[in-house]
Amino acid sequence: MRDATPTRIVGTPALRKEGFGKVTGGARYIDDIVLLGMWHGATVRSSIARGAIKDIRFGAGINWDEFVIVTAKDIPGANCIPLIVDNDQPVLADARVNHPEEPVVLLAHPDKARLHEAVEAVEIDYDPLPAVFTIEESERQQTIVWGEDNVIKRFLVEKGDVDSAWQHAAHIVSGEYRTGAQEQLYIENNGVIAEWSDADGLIIRGSMQCPYYVHKALLRVFDLPAEKVRVIQAETGGAFGGKEDYPSLIAAHAGLLALKAGRPVKIIYDREEDLAATTKRHPSRTRYRTAVDKDGHLLAMDIQVDLDGGAYATVSPTVLSRATIHSAGPYLCENIRVRSHAWATNVPPHGAFRGFGSPQTIFGIERHMDQIAKAVGISPEEVRRRNFLAQGNATATGQLIRDPIDLRGMMDRALKVSDYHAKRARFARENATSSAIKHGMGIASFMHGAGFTGSGERYLNSLVGLEADASGHLTVLVSSTEFGQGTNTMLSQVVAEALGLSCEDVSIAQPDTNRVPNSGPTVASRTTMIVGRLVHDAALALAGILREKNLLSEEFSADEFRAACAAYTAQFGALRSEARYQPPKDIFWDDAKYQGDAYPAFAWAVYVAEVAVDTRTYAAEVVNFYTVQEVGRVMNPVLAAGQIEGGVAQGVGYALYEKVVWKDGRMSNNQMTNYIIPTAADVPNIEVYFEEMPCEHGPYGAKGLGELPHDGPAPAILNAIQDAAGISFTSIPLLPEDIFLRMAEAPEPECLEIVGSAKGPQ
Amino acid sequence: MRSNVSEYEFIAPGSLDAVLALLSAEPGAWTPMAGGTELMVALGAGRLEQRKLVSLWGIGELRGITASADWLTIGAGATYTDIRENAAIAKEFPLLARSASWTGAIANQNRGTLGGNIVNASPAADSPPVLLVYEAEIELVSAQGARRMNYSEFHLGYKRTVLRPQELVMAVHLPRGHRLPVEYLRKVGTRNAMAISKVALAGVGAMQSGKVQTVRIAAASLRETPARLSMTEAVLVGHALTSDRIQAARKALLQEVKPIDDVRSTAKYRAHVAANLLEEFLNQMAASES
Ligand SMILES: Cc1cc2nc3c(=O)[nH]c(=O)nc-3n(C[C@H](O)[C@H](O)[C@H](O)COP(=O)(O)OP(=O)(O)OC[C@H]3O[C@@H](n4cnc5c(N)ncnc54)[C@H](O)[C@@H]3O)c2cc1C
Repeated sequence: MRDATPTRIVGTPALRKEGFGKVTGGARYIDDIVLLGMWHGATVRSSIARGAIKDIRFGAGINWDEFVIVTAKDIPGANCIPLIVDNDQPVLADARVNHPEEPVVLLAHPDKARLHEAVEAVEIDYDPLPAVFTIEESERQQTIVWGEDNVIKRFLVEKGDVDSAWQHAAHIVSGEYRTGAQEQLYIENNGVIAEWSDADGLIIRGSMQCPYYVHKALLRVFDLPAEKVRVIQAETGGAFGGKEDYPSLIAAHAGLLALKAGRPVKIIYDREEDLAATTKRHPSRTRYRTAVDKDGHLLAMDIQVDLDGGAYATVSPTVLSRATIHSAGPYLCENIRVRSHAWATNVPPHGAFRGFGSPQTIFGIERHMDQIAKAVGISPEEVRRRNFLAQGNATATGQLIRDPIDLRGMMDRALKVSDYHAKRARFARENATSSAIKHGMGIASFMHGAGFTGSGERYLNSLVGLEADASGHLTVLVSSTEFGQGTNTMLSQVVAEALGLSCEDVSIAQPDTNRVPNSGPTVASRTTMIVGRLVHDAALALAGILREKNLLSEEFSADEFRAACAAYTAQFGALRSEARYQPPKDIFWDDAKYQGDAYPAFAWAVYVAEVAVDTRTYAAEVVNFYTVQEVGRVMNPVLAAGQIEGGVAQGVGYALYEKVVWKDGRMSNNQMTNYIIPTAADVPNIEVYFEEMPCEHGPYGAKGLGELPHDGPAPAILNAIQDAAGISFTSIPLLPEDIFLRMAEAPEPECLEIVGSAKGPQ
Repeated sequence: MRSNVSEYEFIAPGSLDAVLALLSAEPGAWTPMAGGTELMVALGAGRLEQRKLVSLWGIGELRGITASADWLTIGAGATYTDIRENAAIAKEFPLLARSASWTGAIANQNRGTLGGNIVNASPAADSPPVLLVYEAEIELVSAQGARRMNYSEFHLGYKRTVLRPQELVMAVHLPRGHRLPVEYLRKVGTRNAMAISKVALAGVGAMQSGKVQTVRIAAASLRETPARLSMTEAVLVGHALTSDRIQAARKALLQEVKPIDDVRSTAKYRAHVAANLLEEFLNQMAASES
């Protein structure tokens, strides 16, 4: 597949499959769906961070007979949502609560308007227990809130011999970097409708990314056989990872109410509840201690990665894994040690969000590279150039880069399209004289692994199906979901290309566990590369079935294909093919040592930010943002550019605007007026450039690209701010109030140490 | 929606007299709703305590923008869109058109009214600083009659005003023909659009023979009400804008503001940025004569 055979449909801006329905209001989201006799559900949540539940009282002034009430006692099966760690997050807190906003009691009523006051009238008495809210408090291990040591997960990655490298260093540079929580802020809040019948069991419709995650969770919670749980994805208005694991919990809640009420129950979160209760990006602290020679070559990297996992494990082990593997950046270094921990705290569990751990550590390494450049006395672009991975090099996990890569060429292009050198020279001149607004340029170079980490894809063992009817119309059967990113369009393009048809000849079945096989979750930039490839194989298999019956020749036209489908269905009935994931033969991963081929492929990028820092308001604004990326074959240039632009916008928010204000473990700014995301007026001019180096793993040479653009903006922007203002900021979100503290007061020393420093990971 | 709308009463008598009669018959029982862009937010969040609402929307007497020889009169029910589109405002009171342009988004501007902004009395509101530097007067009306006063006397304390329960704001009057050569307005919000001010400063002034002849400065989010900065003004009037004088003005400003720490910003930041904005305004003043 590596050869770039000319294509008719792949690589063209095919129109979005679901675009017309969304634009004309025809798309039906979960809150648009009303079932006969349906009631509404609501959730009573914990008001404290940690404690034992003493009593639950149903206050006066409410006719409780009108309500259906569910507590942990009503759960027919296990009171937990199994994902990675067993006996993890409970469906409903039973004896104790471990974070604010933890679900404790569920209520249902026919009139939605009556629920709010009823929720307020449920009083829960607690015996409070001491709680921890930060990585620092958790790692102190004075209060143990998880297991024996508060550690949800730890990894150790070792390459070469870090400890012997320091003595050869010309410079030792240490630094500590921090990133905050970030809310996904999909437009459509979370919502689910559950139906129960003794004959069919439980039917769930909802806004979600991963129908089979929900399915798996409900089997345990309701103690049902697989065929008695059916999960259907409704039109989903954005997710960004935020609907990866949490919908399982809401589905369980709605299901419990439906079971007890004997009628359908709908639960829709409002924005305040969604912000306060559901997952966010893991806050992080990364520490780098690096040895470099006099020319800036990396001799050793000692890296410590710490994530705040929140009160339950949920996806933290895999987020930590991706954070760990990406922490050394796209650089060659013979001696690397990464020690990483996900710490438990008493805040709502942190979860998946575009990038899944890598934006955190790429922020660390890319800020740190600029500090190394300073220490060595070379430019930020030069320090990167000198250390870039090349074909044949090995990454931190010892993964040999077999595919051709051209980071140096991408760096050249990024500097050229951004007019980097000329602008930097001009800004240096102007900043020295003009007082009000300082301009600067910053770079980040990085990679993002496509697909599940390590042996993940082997375990997933994904299966896809393809059906053709008598007219030759095709339906793709996958559990991969559309939530705005363009999955359905891309999969249609793959099938149309493979069978010589047009996109209109292909439909995507609504993800429904009764109808579609498990093609895995829609996460990890895996859908195009992994699922797209399987759908391609299924398309070829379908043509193969027709050929086997001598209904189709090697070369065929669309009409011949249609005729063959008609003949086949008349003679043999349903026409259907399948394709199952086959692990590539040359990919190995050792989970115990955390060594080997972490990902089948990486996407690579070099981003350049141009910023303006206003010295009167201390506000940093991104003026221009230049992106050069290599993502394999670009399947659909419009959708691909949209992914990059959207990811950059979210990255700008991550860097400069979006701050979750915590109060005793609870988000206190859980409204869109106070949780500030950038508007169109705050998002810079974004330029998108693709390099295309077809990859053998994906369909037509594609790799993954959805998460990549969230990784680079934050460090590029803070590097640019350092260039503009001469101050090294190490923490995001970086708000004007933070810049003010450093700029208005006496200039502080840079956050770096030269030889002889003892600080940093030891 | 965290409120149960069936617990609320909302009526629309349709004329000014009918609304005033209702307010007088049961003082305090009814809350007027103009564009609803404050009240509906409170309703959605489940914190609208007033259960009886009377609509002002569509009452023509409240909405017009008219000019006499000495005054430009803006009805309390005029929307931000009305203000932005009015030629006289654009020409004679451009700061008001500008503050209207960055209040909320287009949808808010089509509904939100000047009267609602004033009566809601948020210290962060965008219109009040402009009205203060333009020396606006405000007209209040009830079934018993009307009264008119300087707008600077309208705000009493945090979200407290002189408005009586049976009164409505009828209009705001802006004095014509006194436009000063230097006008300044800057809003520092949490972002470039759809933002509530962390601090905002409005200023108008004139220099004569190298000295400050007239200056009026007002701010948002720096005190418990929108406020004129009269101590700062006093330090400036009659003086040349030397760097020492500007420093003295900064100091005066820092003495008379009382900003707070809240979810949007910090007191320190607000005070310091306000002083920076003041300096920016004074630099414009200083440059205006050359
Ligand atoms: C998304 C959004 C963004 C916003 N952005 C901004 C912004 O950038 N800057 C800003 O300043 N504000 C902003 N606001 C707040 C609001 O839009 C303004 O304050 C607006 O001017 C309120 O006017 P209204 O007519 O909608 O008020 P309403 O909600 O109708 O009323 C507000 C208050 O004023 C009273 N009232 C209204 N008219 C009269 C009258 N004639 N006489 C007596 N009492 C009266 C009401 O009883 C109520 O107490 C925003 C609001 C939203 C929802």
